Amino acid sequence: MSLIKRKPQRRVAVIGAGLSLFMRRALDTGKELAYYAASQALQTAGIRLKDIQAVVMATAPDAFDGVHMKGEWLLDGAGGVGKPYLRAYVGGGSGVFSIISGWMMVASGVFDLVLVVAEEKMSSCQPHPQGAFLTIFDHIIERPLGPNLLWIFSLEQQRYMAAYGIRNEDIALVSVKNKHNALAHPAAQVAARLTVKDILDSDVVAWPVHRLMVSPISDGAAAVVLASEQVARRLSDRPIWIQGVGWCLDTSYWGNRDLAYPRYVEKAAWMAYEMAGVTEPRKQIHVAEPYDPFAYKELHHLEGLQLADRGQAPEDLARGRFDRTGELPSCPSGGLMGVGNPIAAAGLMKICELFWQLRREAGARQVPGNPERGVAQAWGDLMQIGTVAVLGVR
Amino acid sequence: MRSMSDRVAVVGVGAVPPRPLSVDRSYRELGFESATRAYGDAGVTHQDIESFISVCEDFHEGTSITDEYTPDQLGAVLQPVHTIAGDGLQGVAAAVMLIRTGIADLVAVEAHCKTSNILTHEQVLAMALDPTYERALRVTPHFVAGMEMRRYLHETGSSEDAVAMVVVKNRRHALGNPVAAYGGILSPDDVLASAAVCEPLRELEISPNSDGAVVLVLASEEAARRTPKPVWIRGVGWASGTPWLAGRSWGQASYAGVAAEMAYRMAGITQPDREIRFAEIDDTYAYKELQHLEAAQLAPRADVTRMVMEGETRRGGRLPVNPSGGSLGMGYCFDATALYRTAEAVRQIRGEAGRAQVAQATTGLVVSWRGIPTQSGGAMVLSAD
Repeated sequence: MSLIKRKPQRRVAVIGAGLSLFMRRALDTGKELAYYAASQALQTAGIRLKDIQAVVMATAPDAFDGVHMKGEWLLDGAGGVGKPYLRAYVGGGSGVFSIISGWMMVASGVFDLVLVVAEEKMSSCQPHPQGAFLTIFDHIIERPLGPNLLWIFSLEQQRYMAAYGIRNEDIALVSVKNKHNALAHPAAQVAARLTVKDILDSDVVAWPVHRLMVSPISDGAAAVVLASEQVARRLSDRPIWIQGVGWCLDTSYWGNRDLAYPRYVEKAAWMAYEMAGVTEPRKQIHVAEPYDPFAYKELHHLEGLQLADRGQAPEDLARGRFDRTGELPSCPSGGLMGVGNPIAAAGLMKICELFWQLRREAGARQVPGNPERGVAQAWGDLMQIGTVAVLGVR
Repeated sequence: MRSMSDRVAVVGVGAVPPRPLSVDRSYRELGFESATRAYGDAGVTHQDIESFISVCEDFHEGTSITDEYTPDQLGAVLQPVHTIAGDGLQGVAAAVMLIRTGIADLVAVEAHCKTSNILTHEQVLAMALDPTYERALRVTPHFVAGMEMRRYLHETGSSEDAVAMVVVKNRRHALGNPVAAYGGILSPDDVLASAAVCEPLRELEISPNSDGAVVLVLASEEAARRTPKPVWIRGVGWASGTPWLAGRSWGQASYAGVAAEMAYRMAGITQPDREIRFAEIDDTYAYKELQHLEAAQLAPRADVTRMVMEGETRRGGRLPVNPSGGSLGMGYCFDATALYRTAEAVRQIRGEAGRAQVAQATTGLVVSWRGIPTQSGGAMVLSAD
């Protein structure tokens, strides 16, 4: 069985985007962060909250806030009071999934204007938000082993390195590139000018993952406004179209899978590409925002997105192919490694980046040429879900 | 671009009987059983389903990012699967919208509840209160329902007798439903004599928590025509009110009003009290049934008490409400409750409800609520054509 291959009936556009600062220990509440991002998105779309017919919220585990049904609690900051409000949830994949959920609302013909908000406030989880991840594992067969996220992602990185003979130096380059790219991002939390040596000199958190190869703990929010074709043309002179969406969830039993290659990302990507009419992604995608919570993940995901051959992404990276001025700019925003990783908000930040890049509004981060189509991707659960959106200028 | 209808139908229903304990099966096994039944009911296999939606909440499962554990038991591995951390009807609404985009013909929606795994459900509920302003009160979270009920009775002039009568009716209805665990013959006095949990709310006015799982298969018009027993979703709506206790409306279920209006608009229903023939309505607490009936414009405010006391909402009455027994008679399954209400409404419209069958059950309304302390709920109009 292959994934969905049919074309949607209606077109959907992004007409506004907003982003809060990404930071550690924000004094603002999660609701306030969501409010900043949502207000900015509404403002750039030139509309007001009363024009919005429905709201999508994305936010990762309730354990971060210690609030049950956290989506309900957050809804007023996101503008959901008195409206149809939906929290779509696919773990770390939620940020990109949030616009897929918003896309469904508009592409269904049920709504014309939808606000999509992603919020995360990780700092309030004490003593460390990693604690919230101790309970993501199967309660019978995995939790007794005491795994945490760093632990399992280091396993995945090891497998990736072993399968293709990749060195840690090759992977550390992702941190160097993204933290450097983030120097141009006004919302960035951990932008820096570093060398591969700096990265590998940082503490080992779980071999082979060093501290500077992991994204930070962040608070932040992002938002976009989605509109139906008719409304988008009326409200915006430069709508950015959602050309394709895809998502795919693999088995919960991650111990049974080969972690060297994210097949679920491949399936999600092809679903989105086929919807977008993309047959040769490497030629037809001009800018990419793959998910990079760990340095190796950007490479892993570029391969899953069909933008590099399996095991070849490190080599492409080393020769500059993924630099902002390279053949295929990857994470020109600075990604999660540079801008920060308020989980759900980080995924939607990537959509915001594509919106600004494709509208040529990305300022110092602008990729050269005339990018006409971009792809954003997020990943989550137990190394298990890929969420993909293809955006374009037409 | 192919042009297709925006109509969506429920074509398969599978559920396990809700029970207070299910020691022999995990929630994944309950889900598997429901999925198997739903696919069989629709005459399809898991390979025909193009996308899957699960409805679950982390704290109910004791698992963070609990959507991780949804695909295998549904036959959904490596398929487009996503989770709605919300009400069952929000999951259904997401499936309706996904089908209406035109990219999928068959979508499954799953929700389950394994309340027997939760040792201290009231403490979990208390964690839904705002940690700074509301949780510090350290009282049973049912106080929200107690206050809401008090305000509702005050604003409407309804009596505690009418609320007790809802319990009597639904427990009696449950006797006619072979899967309902809480059937019984009670008198209003029995209900009013039960212990006060938060005055005026009484123990027997609270639905008992139960384990359960439901899977629905939804289909586009084209695909539904190929299945044996489609029931059409003519309209669906959902809405949320403010999350703050201090700012909410206490007397009325405003979210249900907005949700029902949206569903009626989509369904083209202008006179709900005439066009809706029966209702499966959230009755997590007995007074909610009255509040929801009113919000859904099925009973004028002044009339709800009379309708209930005179038996109009009984199975043989003018507007049968919860002929299945509702949550008071079948058990309350958190966010899966809405899917139980939907499954029961589908059985009615198909004429498969047996002793619980309502005459001329052609068009039914489902109303859902996410429970305290939320003001989120949904509404759906189901119809035979």
